Amino acid sequence: MKKLRRKIYMTAGYNTISLGTGRKEFNPKKPRPGLEHYLKEAGKATLKMIGGADNVDESVVGNFMAARFNKQGHTAAFVPMIDEKLRYKPSIRVEGACASGSLALATGIKSILAETAEVVLCLGVEVQNTMKAIYGADVLAGAGWYQKRKEGHAYFFPGQFSDRAGAYYEKYGKEYARKGMATWYKNAVENARLCPTAQEYHNKTEDLMAVGLTEPNGNFFVDNLSVYDCSKVSDSASAIAIMSEEGLKRCGIDKKDAVEVIGYAQCEEDLTQDPGDLTELSTIKHAAHQALENAEITIDDLGTLELHDCFSIAGLLTMEALGFAERGKGAQFIADGNTARDGLIPTNTTGGLVGWGHPTGATGVHQAVTIWEQLTSKAGDAQIELKEEKPYGMTINMGGDDKTVVSIVYKRA
Amino acid sequence: MNYAERLQNVTVLGAAGKMGSGILLLTAIEMVDLSLLPENKDKSFFLNAMDISDEALSGLMKYLKVQVQKLAEKKTVWLRKMYSDRKDLIENGEIIDQYVFDVLSVVRPVTSLEPAYKSNLIFEAVAENADLKIKIFKQIDANNPDKPWFFTNTSSVPITKLETEAELKGRILGFHFYNPPAIQKLVELILTENTAKETEEFALAYAKKLRKKIVYSNDFAGFIGNGHFMRDALYGINKALELVEKENISFPEAVYIVDKISRDFLIRPMGIFQLIDYVGVDVCSFIMGVMNPYLEDEDLYSPELHKLLEQGVKGGQFSSGAQKDGFLKYEKGRPVAAYDFKTQKYVDYADIQAKCDAKIGAAPASLKPWKAVNFNKQKAAILKDYFAELNGTDSFGGKLAIEYLKNSKDIGKKLVNMNVARCDEDVNTVLLTGFYHAYGPINNY
Repeated sequence: MKKLRRKIYMTAGYNTISLGTGRKEFNPKKPRPGLEHYLKEAGKATLKMIGGADNVDESVVGNFMAARFNKQGHTAAFVPMIDEKLRYKPSIRVEGACASGSLALATGIKSILAETAEVVLCLGVEVQNTMKAIYGADVLAGAGWYQKRKEGHAYFFPGQFSDRAGAYYEKYGKEYARKGMATWYKNAVENARLCPTAQEYHNKTEDLMAVGLTEPNGNFFVDNLSVYDCSKVSDSASAIAIMSEEGLKRCGIDKKDAVEVIGYAQCEEDLTQDPGDLTELSTIKHAAHQALENAEITIDDLGTLELHDCFSIAGLLTMEALGFAERGKGAQFIADGNTARDGLIPTNTTGGLVGWGHPTGATGVHQAVTIWEQLTSKAGDAQIELKEEKPYGMTINMGGDDKTVVSIVYKRA
Repeated sequence: MNYAERLQNVTVLGAAGKMGSGILLLTAIEMVDLSLLPENKDKSFFLNAMDISDEALSGLMKYLKVQVQKLAEKKTVWLRKMYSDRKDLIENGEIIDQYVFDVLSVVRPVTSLEPAYKSNLIFEAVAENADLKIKIFKQIDANNPDKPWFFTNTSSVPITKLETEAELKGRILGFHFYNPPAIQKLVELILTENTAKETEEFALAYAKKLRKKIVYSNDFAGFIGNGHFMRDALYGINKALELVEKENISFPEAVYIVDKISRDFLIRPMGIFQLIDYVGVDVCSFIMGVMNPYLEDEDLYSPELHKLLEQGVKGGQFSSGAQKDGFLKYEKGRPVAAYDFKTQKYVDYADIQAKCDAKIGAAPASLKPWKAVNFNKQKAAILKDYFAELNGTDSFGGKLAIEYLKNSKDIGKKLVNMNVARCDEDVNTVLLTGFYHAYGPINNY
């Protein structure tokens, strides 16, 4: 892949709260804010930080399934609602299942590279609590191949990743794997407790390992995962601005308040094909290494990582795909504390999809915002200590079962 | 006739009532779940929902739709397997809709008895009136050539009386659900001397499929549940009257005190007057009337219940499920005032609360509300500590609570001694599961 032909920056990130079970504000019986609310809150916050909508050349919205969750298409046209100064400016909505958010980022990056824009407002949004989880599972199953829906599980994606977990248990031992996955859950909740917008922010459970070790029950859910191995059903939006150097100047943004995108990759795999090896996330592996190569760094240079733990097993397999652990050693790597906030590679430092939440089409943007916060020391209580020699962060955002992957490498600017 | 065949044609009598609708729901679900199994694919299933009210039956169908949908949403994993051969049903939503349709399709709302002439099994949940039950049973049995089985949901009428007078030798048993049947886990099973073994076995299998806990009760009017509750209720009412006499307080004040003690100090989900209202002043009065003739050494009768009914106060629930006023007046399901016979008006708690609470005295420090105790893993330890402290208090309320507990235990023991219950544990199980008590009445507290 070619080197980036211009310098690219991200700045002015903002996350709304991730609303859903776990948040005190959440009451399934009462009306809740819709897409408009979240887009406005996140969009306005970012616009404020970059000196207003005048400075924006174009916008991108990442959204997965508003057409079904909210019976709403045409989400790009919500952008001028955020600020009337965005009227008549370009706005585009992109979709790649749960990777929609980072596809929005990739689209914004390409606009800067193409020199058609110096400042891009990037938004991700999803409002999923409009229906019960059993029906939401139908909607999310749209990230898989519809021809396979009939033979799939009631909870389609938990079913897919339960099969991956089952294969991992068989190959490397269940008890061993569950310990790593439970540690993943524990880290996720502990990190979320430090981030006021996180869905598990209010979680007060004492023995998180015990909860994480909850035995899966296939009669009610899936065979190899408990609900604690799963990400949350979330309503949220995130926004961030993508800029060229000229864009930073235009908006009066100091480089210390921005991160530089030094490499990225986007990979697509055939939706109609079953995974070749259930214990490997090959598209993630491909995309992540391509992004690292593009950035000319290795995993050893990474100071922090935001990865796509839609299920704890996906987190585990991603650590292996990245090469932090050999295949089969990921569970041990996690159980040993290497992914904890004070570990070798602090991962998902505000809780990730399991702890912070997973507003599907917004998650990619949320990951970028988190990396931006960490690298610019704006993460508040969730701030990790970054070593001087490791000024890099990375995001990995996945759509479907390892089908669409976007990976971005960031550096302190 | 095997289990599934027995359930191919069933009638629920009084299907639109509080108990009947729950029995209908559970039975309809069980029938359709059977019909989805490969071995039953060629069988048809019919469930007659018989009630005298067209309006109530229409309401019943709406209730069923909502409830079946909720249940289907909880067992979609299983339903997907059952409908795996239906290529047209792909998403969970489509499968759930089909299941709801299938359940509603087996239910046939009817207002006459004729459809029951073809049923193999009759569930009876009509009014608690022995003569009415007997009349209906006789009519169905005379016209049904298949010698159907009769499962009665009576909570008070001896099954042997129904068996004898309706001439159903061996084909009847008491299958007493608790309210609401769809939620409460308990079923009291009452056999007569003649109940056939296969009828009993079917009842046990059916209860197991419905995930109900069976407690056998011997065939004595009121059985275990009402045997305890009616005596407990009468004790509460009489205790209030006694307080009026001895403590020189008004009846509403006495009701407030007894209700509060029996709820808070006894760590029960409801106070005794609230429970009477919940069950219904009319129902309580009726059940006592059914039970009393069978009791030799006691008089299970409360003039106060009759007085309330005469003054038009009945308790029970509105069709919305909201609580009607009885001994107590309710706002948003919470008691806010108590009835005064003299004025035939309710006296607001706000006007009497302070005085009554002062009279009751301080609650033991370790007292926790029922909700915090009943679902607590440390329940046994919490109760032990609390009752130890309660036994050491000499406040007015504390002493009242101790007397109340002792009486409740005496009632439990009496039920065992009278051979209504087979053992202490059965009495405790009924109170724990049927009445949601945090502890059984027969205890060492």
